[in-house]
Amino acid sequence: MSILVDNDTKLCVSGITGREGTFHSLRNRAYGTQVVAGVTPGKGGQDVEGIPVFNTFHEAVDATGTNTAMIFVPERFAADSILEAEDAGIPLIIAITEGIPAHDELRVYNILKKNGRSRLIGPNCPGILSPGKANVGIIPAAFFSEGNVGVVSRSGTLTYQIGNVLAQSGFGNSTIVGIGGDPVPGTDFIDVIGLFERDPETELIVMCGEIGGDAEERAAEFIAANVTKPVVAYIAGFTAPPGKTMGHAGAIVSGTRGTAAAKAEMLESKGVRVGRTPTGVAEAAVSLLGDARPASSLA
Amino acid sequence: MDLLEYQGKQLFARHGVPVPSGMPARTVDEAVAVADQIGYPCVIKAQVQIGGRGKAGGIKLAKNQREARAHAEAILGMDIRGLTVHEVWVEGASEIASEYYASVIFDRSAKAPLVMLSTMGGMDIEAVAEENPAAIARLHVDPLLGFQDFHGRRLAYEAAVDADVVRPVGALLTKLYRVFVDEEATLVEVNPMVITPEREVKALDAKVTLDDNALFRHPENAGLRDISGEDAQERMAKERGLIYVKLDGDIGVLGNGAGLVMSTLDVVAQAGGTPANFLDAGGGSKAEAITSAVEVILSNPKVRAVLFNIFGGITRCDEVARGLIEAFAQINPEVPFVVRLDGTNDQEGRRLLAEANLPNVHTESTMDGAARRVVELAAAR
Repeated sequence: MSILVDNDTKLCVSGITGREGTFHSLRNRAYGTQVVAGVTPGKGGQDVEGIPVFNTFHEAVDATGTNTAMIFVPERFAADSILEAEDAGIPLIIAITEGIPAHDELRVYNILKKNGRSRLIGPNCPGILSPGKANVGIIPAAFFSEGNVGVVSRSGTLTYQIGNVLAQSGFGNSTIVGIGGDPVPGTDFIDVIGLFERDPETELIVMCGEIGGDAEERAAEFIAANVTKPVVAYIAGFTAPPGKTMGHAGAIVSGTRGTAAAKAEMLESKGVRVGRTPTGVAEAAVSLLGDARPASSLA
Repeated sequence: MDLLEYQGKQLFARHGVPVPSGMPARTVDEAVAVADQIGYPCVIKAQVQIGGRGKAGGIKLAKNQREARAHAEAILGMDIRGLTVHEVWVEGASEIASEYYASVIFDRSAKAPLVMLSTMGGMDIEAVAEENPAAIARLHVDPLLGFQDFHGRRLAYEAAVDADVVRPVGALLTKLYRVFVDEEATLVEVNPMVITPEREVKALDAKVTLDDNALFRHPENAGLRDISGEDAQERMAKERGLIYVKLDGDIGVLGNGAGLVMSTLDVVAQAGGTPANFLDAGGGSKAEAITSAVEVILSNPKVRAVLFNIFGGITRCDEVARGLIEAFAQINPEVPFVVRLDGTNDQEGRRLLAEANLPNVHTESTMDGAARRVVELAAAR
């Protein structure tokens, strides 16, 4: 098992004919993901190395039965593309695009919530990887193998770093979910942690947060009330000064709110182990699940 | 993007929010001429993006031309908590019967705009929220519905504003909400919002933050950026398309991806060092971007050692190595570099660095090891 994407994923990519869109669609297909369609208005009828391109999501759904959308169009067109995918009834929409205006994100979030038929992952996220099954997005799959650790993260490269130290301790992953670094993510930590709790393959959940907002604090409450599996957290940004946006639009400490120290304290008070460094996360995983490396490599 | 008070007021005026009439001035003579035109008494207000201007002596009432000149002389060039005043705003003095507080905030947690109103204006609202939270009426607005007249009435009654101004206060909240939505702001705050003895409602201050990501839809706002408050290195980085935040320490840091860079700063701090900057070279950085980033990092004279922490996904480690080699060819840095390359094309990157045999460049295989090494090297200088 895994969550959100797997062998049944039938992916349609909005912006497939763009440079990045083509590159990552083909990479996702090479990994084994079923990439069944692309959408670029005006280029319907063409194909990208055998992947049929449609003018609209609605046409793509009718022709291919796609059940997952990936958004790769530039920021000024992204909200419209997400709403189109939702209108076409696609249940899972993964938005990679960075720099979408905050008010667009707010509108999209509230429309999706009101209609209640699609889940949005991102925007400004690296996507979702279920090792051995499907990769949707830009996560470099080569660093990850199948296993029992579910990872959910606000950051891309930090996830690779943590995934790598986990891999060095012998752990593989059920699914890795990048929820993105923007102020209004379509899906929050608690949604993904809830999915991991119900996924039989996942035995340990790693949550990778950062400064800004209160998603980690709310996750701490949720974990205490609803999660039986062990959770290890990491928070980036202990040294971040207030009032400065640290790269991600959502990563800003305002006044005393949203600091890494406050988040770590809250998580620990709810019984969640917090690794102080990426290496510390791997050490915590080892202490909770035991060293997963084969005995021969421990010499 | 944070606006200066007067830029916010000009935005307000475009949306029909009543503000005192005024004009900006950059020199003492200009300020006096503007004051003469507006008439006395008038107020001369320092335009810097920081709170506590009044306490610092940056807001003064002038009853005549002599006072206007004296105040403008004192305020222009004044330092307010590290920011130099380059500009003042001169406006007609307002008579005040009551001071209220009003704001519209982009509430990430609730994923909805939050409108707040209080009769305890004119003071630090954070302190009011702390000591007397019931004094602030709050209402989340469904962004798909928008701000309705009844929202304004609810807030006005709940905040217990004077009965005769319930309607105008509600009308002003409606206009502030319009500013928030139409200009794509993430914050619109008025403190104080005043009631005059004639029972008019006016915005006496304006604090507005616009969403940078939405500026492409608001070309008229793009020119409002106040670069006088920006740090020279931060400005240089922005011009080169790099995400850079200056910090207080002496260890320059470069990484790819915001989360990894934040984490690198933390690991450096845990190793006993103090980072000089945050620099995210971004995904898929090409060699030129790396070279440019090295220049920005080294333009800060406090930097005594530099750490590169790269985990290549889209970013290719060989490109990073090429960029660093090119930077050494161009600027020949005097400080030591510690480089950790992992991920896509890491072996090729390390091979290129070994071949180039750059002076004072040390490679490390782990993030923790690299942080310890760079702290040692900085301390040794």
